[in-house]
Amino acid sequence: MTSDTVPAFPMARAAGCPFDPPPELHRLQDEAPLSRVRLWDGSTPWLVTRYAEQRSLLADPRLSADVTRPGYPFPAPGRPTGAQKLGFILMDDPEHARLRRMVTAPFAIKRVEALRPAVQKIVDDLIDDLLAGPKPVDLVEAFALPVPSLVICALLGVPYADHDLFQGHSRNLISRSVPADQRGASFRALHDYLDRLLAQKTADPGDDLLSQLVTRVQAGELERSDAAGIGVLLLVAGHETTANMIALGTLALLEHPDQLALLRDGDDPKLVAGAVEELLRYLNITHTGRRRVALDDIEIAGVTIRAGDGLILANDIGNRDPGTFTDPGTLDLTRDARRHVAFGFGVHQCLGQPLARLELQVVYSTLYRRIPTLRRAAALADIPFKHDGAVYGVYELPVTW
Amino acid sequence: MSGVRVILDQDKCVGSGQCVMTAPEVFDQRDEDGIAVLLTTAPDTGQTDVVREAAALCPALAITVRE
Ligand code: HEM
Ligand code: SF4
Repeated sequence: MTSDTVPAFPMARAAGCPFDPPPELHRLQDEAPLSRVRLWDGSTPWLVTRYAEQRSLLADPRLSADVTRPGYPFPAPGRPTGAQKLGFILMDDPEHARLRRMVTAPFAIKRVEALRPAVQKIVDDLIDDLLAGPKPVDLVEAFALPVPSLVICALLGVPYADHDLFQGHSRNLISRSVPADQRGASFRALHDYLDRLLAQKTADPGDDLLSQLVTRVQAGELERSDAAGIGVLLLVAGHETTANMIALGTLALLEHPDQLALLRDGDDPKLVAGAVEELLRYLNITHTGRRRVALDDIEIAGVTIRAGDGLILANDIGNRDPGTFTDPGTLDLTRDARRHVAFGFGVHQCLGQPLARLELQVVYSTLYRRIPTLRRAAALADIPFKHDGAVYGVYELPVTW
Repeated sequence: MSGVRVILDQDKCVGSGQCVMTAPEVFDQRDEDGIAVLLTTAPDTGQTDVVREAAALCPALAITVRE
């Protein structure tokens, strides 16, 4: 294949189908589990489109997530250098495992489940404010962003009053349309901000995750800059993703009223938990693929991936693989979607998934019951979607009731 | 009919919690670092399906189920 026949990536979604992956991805998946795509810089990494190959490769230790290695398919100009690494998400084992294990305990299932009443209170209070406030209102600003921001702030020990600062920089960090130098500046600003918080926690420790990191630094187990990097990772990953699932999920449900009715009129925690998994699968908001580089030659599905080749594992289309999910284009809250790859797979699978699930379960089981007449206050065509982001969603969602 | 045997490789575990969510009578997580622990290596036959499901969901391929 010559480079001019290689399709450009990422691809555009079809007009009027904001919840479906680009048609071109469906076509590539139909044709073969792996193919080549062309990136902004002219490089031609592998694109892995089928579910089985995605899982097998994401669990393969011969793939590296180290963004500083040649061949790593970076989504935009301004590839981070070593010093700028965003926590362990862009590192390999054993260092990745060592750092991840330092912050895993607070995300254990039982620890997270214990937060349910606190999360329910946050959600209830925000809905009280919505109901008491003016309408129409932007659901992103008034609800979708505050829920996960308040939750992750409490867990990390970050003052919520600083939300304009960290939300703004987080948005820059994950956008392809923000220039590289501005993205770099936002990363440094967040890093400095976390570093200042770590200094405060050193003087005045609290019962929070950042204070636990300070203890690790004091014990000589963790570099101060790595602690700040982990803080940035948790703060950014902890609110942007879930916020997008809340707003985009609500929009998807409003467009599928029969499905929304299941949540609004039912009261079954099992249904709610299943609905969260299905919305994660169907929307797959991390829509520009998991990115890796091969450390060794790998034979898979009749092709040879060479050491040094870049790979993009497109989990959005993986979650629509008809070989794994029956009728994958249908949003069906009652299906068993637990095998989705919306949180990735392999050693980097989302650390925050128990927390994300809890927040989404509380939101989806509360918002539509308390505001049963919730509806869009703008035409679908006028809603701005995050086509340019590493995380898909809506910039704004005007709603009324 | 006897049930299955479960083997857990804690060195591989990344603390995703998938197994605890799926088969809470068989798996738990350590308080100190969230790494999975087995509550039993020979679960009741009634647990076989969820144990298999947990092994299939484990992102780190840390769970092996033996007949
Ligand atoms: C619905 C919401 C969320 C989605 C869809 C999501 C998705 C993902 C995905 C796909 C990955 C894998 C990255 C890769 O393989 O390259 C990941 C990793 C990660 N996520 Fe999430 N995430 C969500 C919420 C959260 C929350 C609430 C947190 C927590 C604080 C969080 C923290 C992390 C961290 C720390 C990693 C890196 C794990 C590692 O490299 O070992 N995420 N997430
Ligand atoms: S599912 Fe696997 S990685 Fe996750 S906690 Fe259980 S054993 Fe560990």
